[in-house]
Amino acid sequence: MNEELLNILQTLVTSSSPLVIAALGETITERAGVVNLSLDGSITLAAAVGFIAAVGSGSTLIGILAAMLTGALVALIIVVADIELKQDQVAIGFVLTLLAASLAQFIGQSYTRVRGPELPFVSLTFLKDIPFLGPVFFTDHNPLVYVSFILVFATWWWMFRTRPGLALRAVGERPESAFARGTNVNRLRYIYTLVGGALVGLAGAAYSLSIKPGWTNPPAMRGDGWIALAIVIFGGWHPFRVVLGAYLFAGLRAISSAIQRSPDVQIPLVLINALPWLLMIGTLLLVSSGAIERLLRALPRSAQVWTRNILRSDPPAALGTRFEEH
Amino acid sequence: MTANRTTLRVALLVAPILLSLLITAVLVLAVGKDPIEVMTAILEGAFRNSNAIAGVVNFWIPLTFACLGLVITFTAGLWNIGVEGQMMMGAVFASWAARTIVLPTPLLIPIEIVLAMAGGAFWGVLVGVLRVRLGVNEIFGGVALNALASVIVIYLISGPWQPPEGGSAQSTPPFPAESLLPEMSPEFPVSLLALVLALVIILTVYFALRGTRWGLNLKATGKNPRSALLLGVPTTQTALSAFIVCGAIAGIGGAYRVLFTFDSLRPLPSGGIGFLGLLVVLMVANHPLIAPIVGFVFATILAGSTRLRVVLQLDQSLAEVLQGFVVLLVLMANGLRGRILSSPRSSPEVVQEQPAPTTVTSAAEAASHE
Repeated sequence: MNEELLNILQTLVTSSSPLVIAALGETITERAGVVNLSLDGSITLAAAVGFIAAVGSGSTLIGILAAMLTGALVALIIVVADIELKQDQVAIGFVLTLLAASLAQFIGQSYTRVRGPELPFVSLTFLKDIPFLGPVFFTDHNPLVYVSFILVFATWWWMFRTRPGLALRAVGERPESAFARGTNVNRLRYIYTLVGGALVGLAGAAYSLSIKPGWTNPPAMRGDGWIALAIVIFGGWHPFRVVLGAYLFAGLRAISSAIQRSPDVQIPLVLINALPWLLMIGTLLLVSSGAIERLLRALPRSAQVWTRNILRSDPPAALGTRFEEH
Repeated sequence: MTANRTTLRVALLVAPILLSLLITAVLVLAVGKDPIEVMTAILEGAFRNSNAIAGVVNFWIPLTFACLGLVITFTAGLWNIGVEGQMMMGAVFASWAARTIVLPTPLLIPIEIVLAMAGGAFWGVLVGVLRVRLGVNEIFGGVALNALASVIVIYLISGPWQPPEGGSAQSTPPFPAESLLPEMSPEFPVSLLALVLALVIILTVYFALRGTRWGLNLKATGKNPRSALLLGVPTTQTALSAFIVCGAIAGIGGAYRVLFTFDSLRPLPSGGIGFLGLLVVLMVANHPLIAPIVGFVFATILAGSTRLRVVLQLDQSLAEVLQGFVVLLVLMANGLRGRILSSPRSSPEVVQEQPAPTTVTSAAEAASHE
């Protein structure tokens, strides 16, 4: 196997891990029927808080916990405003997007270009010796990359193979039926919004403690929150497809910046900068415009059922709606 | 009881503002500065002389354009986050005219403004088509188109429109003097034309929403698109028209930034004013006449905060933090008010059933114990 290619793929797995973690967090939240629109702000704020906490305490673990707490706190505001105060999730989420980003910039101002603790790079024994998979997935990653792997499978298993996971999906799809069966809809929404928010915060820590270490103005991860939100849609609210989306996205970004660096190919910088956003519109077009549905209809009937299951991308039916117990 | 409810209303209006000031003050203390000094610096920055006041007005004008455009899209139930990009494209189109067309000022300015409206409307209709024809949520379409507008601006500044001495990616060369909006006086540098235009737009939007068929269609589309469609409202066209009109109005705001605030095209010419407009309109629950008033307060904070760095070496983002908390807490207080007023204890029905106001509380309490 080509050494250079393996290196590129290894870097790709590292650099896409925050997107994976944040998008999984948002998937969990949205599966419960709540939209946490604040990702672009809350990742940034969590990154800042995590970095400052890590610098202050000298411990990356405390940084990570502080970042997760920050993400959960922002999510808590959204769910309280929704359930207790009957305010629009999207409106509150948008306000928090801006507020969290400004807050991050304000508290981060005296930490720009400060060097702080960084997460170590770890290889996993045995696993790293597997051909191809070893060097790409199990060699020289920060621990949060491995956490992201575990999260993918854990989220899938919890959602689709356990009873509480069934309740989680029911709360997002048919809250009335779930309620009639004795599920405490709003309590589950609290729990999963907080869990999702904590993961969004973890993604912030992955940036500021390892992938883009430290704090800069403008923040290095700006825009990635929106990308993560789009990946959830692209991924059809399914953990595996969400991860695939995150890797695809990071891959295309890595390829474009590699092309930009190479001397032989002259691609205008403007195109490179526009690429993530064109990609975002393109992927959303693909899933929203019915193109997939048309493609499915062209397939033989026998193949339609399982391909539809794989490519299906309907949002949770009760996404963004408020549930009131009467 | 009504007196109590009025008190409650006032308290829930004042409390969030005081609380956000308090939170901001704590933040200021946390970075080792004096909140009173910060407040003084902001007020000085906004009101110390006629030039400073003009600075406030110069933020208020583009903010007002953004707000009034957003009132239209919100009325139609649409989240036009793309307003920021629509301002930028207005700025780009106006800049093209200012750089290219050679005409005396009174002829050139209208052309620039019309082009800016076209630019903003173009970027607005893209979000609209993505939403109503292709099913891409307008929030994501808007975010992507904002980023693309910013990419285009930076490309123009560092590429085709760069200064002859080489691109610094800071700005285009200054536009010719004839292409810029004239100021009222050197002591009060504000464009009278833009000020008048802003007032005209405020009244036009207000009356268009109140008394025209289009305004009615917008409201129907915003309230319930499905029943609106069944009642014969062309919801798709209405939504598209909302994006076009909002983009056009926001485009004027963008033109104002490059033709008056600056004298050239700069990176991020909209400067976050579109996002601030979203906050203002959310806070005033979409009211076309209150939005400009609250907008003035926000413009004051924004303009005043430019002195924070000079006087106190503090980041200007403090102003955005304050604004963000005010809007967040006002929205939450609205919810709290709704919750308190709709709870059985103080609901109007309960009040009306009771003969004497003095017995209300005890009767309601008794009822709640049953």
